[in-house]
Amino acid sequence: MKISNQTLYNINKNEYQAQQESKLEDATEMGLTEDEFNLICNKIKKIPNKTELGIFSAMFSEHCSYKSSKKWLKTMPTKAKHVIQGPGENAGVIDIGDNLAAVFKIESHNHPSFIEPYQGAATGVGGILRDVFTMGARPIALLNALRFGSPSELLTKHLVSGVVKGIGGYGNCIGIPTVGGETNFDKSYDGNILVNAMAVGLANKNRIFYSAATGAGNPVIYVGAKTGRDGIHGATMASTEFTDNSSEKRPTVQVGDPFTGKLLLESCLELMSTDAVLSIQDMGAAGLTSSSVEMASKGSLGMYLNLDLVPTREDKMTSYEIMLSESQERMLMILKPGSEEKAKSIFDKWDLDFAVIGEVTKTGRLILDKDGFEACNIPINPLVEDAPEYDRPYEIIQNKNTIKINELNINYTVDEILAKIFENPNISSKRWIWEQYDSSVMGDTISSNGKSDASIVKIHGTENSKSLGKGIAMTTDCTPRYVKSDPINGGMQAVCEAARNIAASGAKPLAITNNLNFGNPEKKNIMGEIVGSIKGISKAASFLNTPIVSGNVSLYNETNGKGILPTPVIGMVGVIDEVENCLEMNVKEDNTLLVLGQSEDFTEGWIGCSVYQEIENKIIDAAPPPVNLEKEKKIIDILLQLHTKNLLTAAHDISDGGLLTAICEMLFKNNLGLNLNLPKSLLKIDSKDPTLHSWCFGEDQGRIIVATNKIDKVKFCLKDSNLDYFVLGKTNASNNLNLNDITTISIKSLKNSYERTLPLIMGKDK
Amino acid sequence: MRSGVTIFPGSNCDRDIIVALKNITGKAPIKMWHKDTEFPNLDLIVIPGGFSFGDYLRCGALAARSPVIKSIKNHISRGGAVLGICNGFQILIEAGILPGSLIRNKKLLFTCRDTMLEIQDTNISPFLSGLKKEHHLNIPVAHNEGNFFASEILLNELKNDGRIAFKYIKEVNNDTDYNPNGSSNDIAGILSKNGRVLGMMPHPERAINNLHGGTDGLKFLTKSFEQIIG
Repeated sequence: MKISNQTLYNINKNEYQAQQESKLEDATEMGLTEDEFNLICNKIKKIPNKTELGIFSAMFSEHCSYKSSKKWLKTMPTKAKHVIQGPGENAGVIDIGDNLAAVFKIESHNHPSFIEPYQGAATGVGGILRDVFTMGARPIALLNALRFGSPSELLTKHLVSGVVKGIGGYGNCIGIPTVGGETNFDKSYDGNILVNAMAVGLANKNRIFYSAATGAGNPVIYVGAKTGRDGIHGATMASTEFTDNSSEKRPTVQVGDPFTGKLLLESCLELMSTDAVLSIQDMGAAGLTSSSVEMASKGSLGMYLNLDLVPTREDKMTSYEIMLSESQERMLMILKPGSEEKAKSIFDKWDLDFAVIGEVTKTGRLILDKDGFEACNIPINPLVEDAPEYDRPYEIIQNKNTIKINELNINYTVDEILAKIFENPNISSKRWIWEQYDSSVMGDTISSNGKSDASIVKIHGTENSKSLGKGIAMTTDCTPRYVKSDPINGGMQAVCEAARNIAASGAKPLAITNNLNFGNPEKKNIMGEIVGSIKGISKAASFLNTPIVSGNVSLYNETNGKGILPTPVIGMVGVIDEVENCLEMNVKEDNTLLVLGQSEDFTEGWIGCSVYQEIENKIIDAAPPPVNLEKEKKIIDILLQLHTKNLLTAAHDISDGGLLTAICEMLFKNNLGLNLNLPKSLLKIDSKDPTLHSWCFGEDQGRIIVATNKIDKVKFCLKDSNLDYFVLGKTNASNNLNLNDITTISIKSLKNSYERTLPLIMGKDK
Repeated sequence: MRSGVTIFPGSNCDRDIIVALKNITGKAPIKMWHKDTEFPNLDLIVIPGGFSFGDYLRCGALAARSPVIKSIKNHISRGGAVLGICNGFQILIEAGILPGSLIRNKKLLFTCRDTMLEIQDTNISPFLSGLKKEHHLNIPVAHNEGNFFASEILLNELKNDGRIAFKYIKEVNNDTDYNPNGSSNDIAGILSKNGRVLGMMPHPERAINNLHGGTDGLKFLTKSFEQIIG
């Protein structure tokens, strides 16, 4: 077609512009480098018009192409007997027995949430839910991993409030329970918050839907909400650093509509229960561009779309706008020919748009018509295969400084440290947040929001005469300060902590989805954080046989050149065969607490990189606690063995704040107390003794506290296990934690600050 | 018992109450799609929780104007029982079937948590006549607009006519936060004049087993259903 045609100019002036040849400056404005622009021109053997260039720039963005991380992502362990689908599809799929599959993924919406917290977070939830139900799974749970800046900043409160409302706004309305997650504060996130949303769904393992296009001539269907001018170039925005003017990017943030999301969920699942759908892909980042290109590319086919048939919200939208819009709640499907009418009747019932907008072709090209003219004609392959893959230089910096306990400068007593720990918003209760999420809709939530170390949702319909049914256990974990000090070790730690959390809830850890959040990969040390943590995650995941089945990478989390703490979030999923056997973290009266993975003669705890060290010495320049994978695996195996024998009544992983913090957390719920058994050498010492502090607050890994009312049997089982353990004492009704003659600490007053800290920060507790 | 559950496009607690009804009565309820108007005669209709039409206007305002509402009104005029839970309560108010209004929670935040309810008036309603006055029920709430608001005159009328079904009460002495939404006189649920329509914010269908919020919801629903047929 003649791009300079006067007729087109008369019909739609903007479309005429979009079909004009682009220039290098258009490319740089879209975030492409000169090399990338030249590569495009070479590969397509012409100078792209603006629509074509826009499509390339979206596909070549970090967000869609993973160009900085791809080389390293390929090295991750993704396979195991129970893996049905690893990375590369809308979500990962694992076999959980009984013909069922768990379908899950985590995804970031960091940049949009900083610019527009409510909509950014809401659409993050909507997007991840679509990823899951696109695979044919009904979502059953949501989790989220959030990182905010200093709690004292006014902006932080605004962001926390908006993000939490946004997550709740979407999840509550669509009716999927938000059952868990984590929220942390650190000044490194002042200019770049992290909003990672995870969704878990259930499907029949023989009814999984994929995105690869099939069959030339088959109809391409658009369903869901209309396309508007929102979120244009969102993927590109998400792939650049912020400056002080980032609020100018607000129009690139999408707007979520959970009600339409609910209609889309129900109508798609209804259609998928028939045999009409051949392949399906949600329109997420880079909207119609990435969905059409990915479907065609995976099927090694081409696609023709008539953009005049796309339902739009506004008049005279251009091909460029339609292809790059990130309007939410839309799906692209390829249907079995002849099933269009049946499909349409389902979408009519749910009052959603349904349009046949094109067909699968053999050409291997993406061809788009708009206003009667050819707006785009480019080969599919270069968009995906030739997307740049960079081997960026990196340097993994591992801090080797260890802290000598007797050189510690002690300012506080044990009581004072504990008080400060529970006034720390990173450790205090997140009730203010999770009460804003509907955690019990769908009626299957067994454990949410910290009742146990991992959240548990029952699988609907698996109950039988013997059991209430099977359950899925889920958690998200990451300790960014460990990753900063030692990316490899920090990556391993995140995986191990997640696995411990799953096991401590009584479930078997199975697989991982990860969200790798980092700063600018063009910097050597940051690329080192990326490479290092991928190495660490891979090592631990393969050792524990919990492969990575899906994930997301979010880079350029920097503002004015200042990067975030490296935050590779691990979302882990496990299975518990009988949900009535789930383990709470809350201990009951007259139960004996013992710590697994810690010996009687252990006295010097690891305080490098600990919460304690932040409080007492304000230094974080030290190596994080080392991770011993064999010990981690053993502790999980033995905990599950003890639990199978019905010997445990509660369990809680030791993490931030160390042993004493974990003990207090277990006592809070039922207002209990404990006469703590101390190692002999610590019996008669001062409350400011450095060794005592390291024992109480060290963050040595590979430890879980368990509770039992059959201590003799537990001891008997542990005798042959070759696993260290230490008996901490029996819980009582005193509501005090007694450290021999050293001190008596009021659990009640700690619980009070545990509960009050976040409401006080948010200033909305009347 | 012959029962039905209305389904609006954004209903999201429909499955939960359908499961509860089936388990308790042994018979699955019929599903009443919002666009439909023809249904067999029923003993009980439940309007479940959710976000019927997204609640972008006032909660329940659009649902209250759906075709199915006509059938519900006919059912009521025949003396049928109706239970509106959460969004169902909001719809009953928007449809003019129950009085007052449900405004945004006092703290302007969505709230999902356990609440302790005290049964108020057991005289006029089959929903409550099988239970003891002042008996306590632990049942969760999950809503953004559950703050029952009414004029002094209406509040007095409801009290005098024995139409207050539940109030939120303190669980322990120092619990100042027991009312999750700031509703007038701590009201959690009200009855129609004949006692056969009950609107309540808490979700009894989310408290039907020990692992899952306790069994007080099961107890309440079981007793209600017995009386409705009885």
